[in-house]
Amino acid sequence: MFAEAGLGALDDAGVAPDEVEALYYGNFMGEMADHQGHQGPMMAEAIGADGVGATRYESACASAGAAVRQGVRDVRNGEADLVVVGGAERMTNIGTAGATEALSIAADDLYEVNQGITFPGAYALMARAYFDQLGGSTEDLAHIAVKNHDNAMENEHAQLHREISVEDHQEAPQLASPLGLYDSCPITDGAAAIVLASEDYAAENGLDETVAITGTGQGGDRLALQDREDVTETPAAANAADEAYDDAGIGPDDVDFAEVHDCFTIAEVLAAEALGLFEKGEGISKAREGITTRDGEMPINVTGGLKAKGHPVGATGASQVAQITMLLRGDHGRSDAVDDASTAIAHNAGGTAASTTVHVLEVTE
Amino acid sequence: MADFERARDGAFDDLLDAIEAGEGEYLECANGHGWLPPRRICPECGSRELSAEPIPESGEIVSFTEIAVAAPNFADDAPYITALANFGPVQVTGMMQDTDGDEAEVGMVVGLDVGERVTTGDRVLTFEPR
Repeated sequence: MFAEAGLGALDDAGVAPDEVEALYYGNFMGEMADHQGHQGPMMAEAIGADGVGATRYESACASAGAAVRQGVRDVRNGEADLVVVGGAERMTNIGTAGATEALSIAADDLYEVNQGITFPGAYALMARAYFDQLGGSTEDLAHIAVKNHDNAMENEHAQLHREISVEDHQEAPQLASPLGLYDSCPITDGAAAIVLASEDYAAENGLDETVAITGTGQGGDRLALQDREDVTETPAAANAADEAYDDAGIGPDDVDFAEVHDCFTIAEVLAAEALGLFEKGEGISKAREGITTRDGEMPINVTGGLKAKGHPVGATGASQVAQITMLLRGDHGRSDAVDDASTAIAHNAGGTAASTTVHVLEVTE
Repeated sequence: MADFERARDGAFDDLLDAIEAGEGEYLECANGHGWLPPRRICPECGSRELSAEPIPESGEIVSFTEIAVAAPNFADDAPYITALANFGPVQVTGMMQDTDGDEAEVGMVVGLDVGERVTTGDRVLTFEPR
C-alpha cells in the first residue's frame, strides 16, 4: 500500500526515488495489527529510497500529521531539500473487535481503558456533554454523516461510495450512545504519501507544483478526558490552529474550505469550533443548515472526510494534505465544489485530540 | 487471557485497594487542582507540592455512554455504561454497573466504588447512585 502511495507521489512530482533525503512515516497500530514494528526502513525500501534515514511517527490518529509537520520543518530549516512524508495502516485484518481494542490504547490505559472506554465511547462522552451544555441532537450529527457520505461519491480514493439518509443514521445500531454506526468512520486499510520540496529544489529541478504548505502548527492536551476542564472543546486544536494561522499569516476568515478529523461526527463539530470557523456551540447545526455542505459558505470534508473517505489511522493526516492539494490543483473529483478556493486547512487529531496538527495550504500562483 | 498472574499497576491498584477500604485519596496541589495518582507535578500550575486528600463522598455525572460494541476484554460486559463524574477537585472515569441505560442521567449524584469486570474479573472503578 505504501509503495503505491509513495511511488504515485514521486511520479506525480516528477522526482526519482533516489532524490529522496528522508522519510517521515506515520503508523499507529503496526505492532498490534501486523506484528511489525520499525516500519520506517521497510517503507523507505518500498518506495526505492534505499538507505535514507526513515523514522516512524506515532501520535495515534495524528501520526501522519506529525510526520508531515516534521518534513515541513526539515525542509524549512535547510536540513533537507526533498523528503517524503506519509503513512499507512492496515486494520481490517484484525476485525472489528481487534480494531476496537487496538484503537482504544490511544486512550489512558489505567483510568479510561480499564473502565471500558472505547474510542466511540470517548467521543460519545464528549458528544453527550456537548448536547447537555451547548445543545444539539443526534439529528444534527446525522446531517454531518449524510453530507460526508454524499461528498465521497465523487472521490475515487474514498472507501465508502454509498449515500445515506438521516433516517438511515437515526435507525442504525448504537455503538456507544449517543453515537451510532453512522456517526463513526469505518475501519480502513490505506496509505498516503506526499513529496515535500524546498523552493530552491523546486526551481532548480523544474517542479511545477502550484500548491504549498504555508503554515504548520501542533498542540497538545491531557491524555485522559477526566483530566480536562471542559470536554466540549479541544484546546489542542485551537492552539495548533493559532500557530498554523500565524505561521501562514492568515486567520480563520481567510480559509476557503477545511478537511477536518471527523473520526466521529461530533469530532467535526469540535474541530470546526476549535479552528475558529464557528463560535463554540454553533458548529453542531452547520451541516443541517447547509453551511458546511460543499455548496455552502464553509465547505468541510468535501472529500468525504474520515467518515466516508475512510480512516487508515496512521495515514490520515497525510491523506488530508494530499487530497487538499488535488482539490486546489483542480484534479480531484470534488474540485468543482471549491473551484474559487486558494486557501485550505487540514486538521488531524490523535486520541480525543490530545495531539493535534493543523496545516495551511495555499495556491502559490 | 495469559496464564500468568497480572502484575499490579502501582498507584492505580493502590487507589483501588484504598477505595475498597473506604480510604480513597486523590492528589491536590497547593492551588487546589486535583488528580488521580500517580503525579509528581500538577500539569495545570506546575506545583510539586502535592498532598493526598480524601476523595469526596459524592460526585456528579458529567457525561455517560452506554457502550454496545466493546473491546474483547469487555465483551461479556456489553452493553455497559461508562461515565465521567466530577467529584469537585477531581474528575473520575468509572462504570455504572448498577444503573440501567435509560436510568442514567447527566447530573446524577454518585459515590465512587470498586467493582469487577464480568469478562475478565479484573477490578474496575464504579459509580453507585447516592
